[in-house]
Amino acid sequence: MVAGIENNNSSNTSTYAGLGSLLILPTWLVIGFFLVLPVLMMLVYSFLTKEFRGGVIWEFSLAAYDQFFFDRGLFGDEPPKIEWTYIIIFWRSIWLAAVATFLCLLVGFPTAWFIATRSGPNKSLWLFLITIPYWVNLLIRTISMKFLIRDTGPLNEWLLAAGVIPEPIHMINTNFAVQLGLFYSYLPFMVLPIYAAVERYNFAYSEAAADLYAGRWATLRKIILPIVKPGIIAGCILVFVPSLGAFLAPDLLGGAKNFMIGSLIEEQFKGNAGNWPFGAAAAMILLSMVLIVLTFYARQQMKQGKR
Amino acid sequence: MGNTRESMKEVAVDIVNLTKCYGDFTALSDVSLDIRDNEFFTLLGPSGCGKTTLLRTVAGFENVTEGAILLYGEDIANLPPNKRPVNTVFQQYALFPHMDVMQNVLFGLLRLGQDAASARARVGEVLEMVQLGGFAHRLPGQLSGGQQQRVALARALAPNPKVLLLDEPLSALDLKLRQAVRLELQQLQRDTGITFIFVTHDQEEALTMSDRIAVIAEGRVQQVGTARDIYEAPINKFVADFIGETNLIMVQVLGLADGNATCLLPGGGKCTCPAAQGAIAGEGHISVRPERVGFAEPDAGVMSGQVARLVYLGTDMHVDVTLVDGETITVRTQNSTGSYIPPVGENVGLTFEQGAARLLVD
Repeated sequence: MVAGIENNNSSNTSTYAGLGSLLILPTWLVIGFFLVLPVLMMLVYSFLTKEFRGGVIWEFSLAAYDQFFFDRGLFGDEPPKIEWTYIIIFWRSIWLAAVATFLCLLVGFPTAWFIATRSGPNKSLWLFLITIPYWVNLLIRTISMKFLIRDTGPLNEWLLAAGVIPEPIHMINTNFAVQLGLFYSYLPFMVLPIYAAVERYNFAYSEAAADLYAGRWATLRKIILPIVKPGIIAGCILVFVPSLGAFLAPDLLGGAKNFMIGSLIEEQFKGNAGNWPFGAAAAMILLSMVLIVLTFYARQQMKQGKR
Repeated sequence: MGNTRESMKEVAVDIVNLTKCYGDFTALSDVSLDIRDNEFFTLLGPSGCGKTTLLRTVAGFENVTEGAILLYGEDIANLPPNKRPVNTVFQQYALFPHMDVMQNVLFGLLRLGQDAASARARVGEVLEMVQLGGFAHRLPGQLSGGQQQRVALARALAPNPKVLLLDEPLSALDLKLRQAVRLELQQLQRDTGITFIFVTHDQEEALTMSDRIAVIAEGRVQQVGTARDIYEAPINKFVADFIGETNLIMVQVLGLADGNATCLLPGGGKCTCPAAQGAIAGEGHISVRPERVGFAEPDAGVMSGQVARLVYLGTDMHVDVTLVDGETITVRTQNSTGSYIPPVGENVGLTFEQGAARLLVD
């Protein structure tokens, strides 16, 4: 690892002559030490043997990955079958994250549009208002949400009192609650990049489209969306990726039945399961999936840039 | 030329008592204009005069506060822009950055519901018309300013609009290119037979290209006429001063008869000159173009003064003459061997050519 850092530096010395290489050094150190090193540690751990009650034995093993994908029975002596438990958790996580992303987009785009089309000072005010809740810790906000939507919580009581519903809606510990939690946690990550893109959008394009006989819908579809697409994609990535690995919302709002990858991984390190290599393996599988999606997107972008 | 073109006229765009207010600010005040079929009509005025607002109300980007806009007899004032059979060339072109030239020009045709094959053929045709045949698959970002301007023109012409609106389309080009494009635009208007409404603050552009010009200031139409009308027979001080250079001389109007005025000039000289319609007796201003003032012996002309400054302009010489009362009259003389150019300090008399002076509406 240390060798890797030095390599990076020496290759940079030729590009950034003299002082430049010194200036970039802290960045490389931070990235190397806090980003690359932990990921590599997880990679290594995922191939080690587990020790009971946490920790690892320094002995190479594929057991973690084996456990993830294959079911060999209670004593490990039956012929391997595909283990669906974790794949289903993954699949559910992807599904929940995708729906959360879609909901954020549905609400975030009009919000971003609204903010970006306000006049100067109002714009700053709205942006400020959007970010205010994020000054409070996510854990606190998620617990508040739990309090709000539980069967005897204020939301249900208001609805009951108003006569809208005959009995409390059961929301807590459902997929809906997890969905709501994810949506609420990551909405600003959708709003801000789209806001930035819409702010740069030149409204003369909309006028030109209208001049060329396009109605509102055609203008949105053919002109506005394609032009602000980079902002939308950035927003989707910023919501989808953390949603996929989220564990607070599923833990607190989803209960035991609505496990997501994040909770699964968390449990391997902190919870009773105490299986570090398995947690590391699950994390690596998650990471590779995210990387595949991002690489695909980056290649797409590069292709478009070349045009 | 002008007369034959004018005689066959039907009104293309009839703007009737149009007023446009933004809150307390009145951008256009009771504007009425007849723009004729197959005419190159220019809205000329300084920035902020309302000319672009007027164009945008015709395009449909601004609603009108009061008044009507008739397009070949049909009131379009309340139609959205996509329902108006007019197209616009925008000042910064507003080419769709994610579409290539072909897609940009195709856009309007497809929105109108043309089938793809005939629309493509039409795009080829208009791209040839603006000499961009080989550029169909470039993105706007890969084109020069002049080429982008042509794409914008092609895109607006492709749907064959009843009226083409041009919002200072040449202002983003450099001088050389601008001069070349002027002639091409004019030719294009003749070839297509489409009515052009062209907005500019550049008087030279207006004078060289237009069949008729409307001079606009402070939200009002000051004067409508051919380039020659506007230059040679300005109606008021604003028009006289805005179009070309002129000397505005304060005079006492002694008498008005048959459209002619007898004026008392500063220094005691008298002149009789045509009066603009609406000019009144009393104190007023006459306008005399610098190139139509000549030199004479001191006290032989209608006015006299002393040469204060000479400015060499290449083909012309610019002579500032200070009158007795301190006012300055500018004389413009050709720099040819035959012409007399008095040295600085010389006392000279000034003469006006026949019909050069004109009494204005104040």
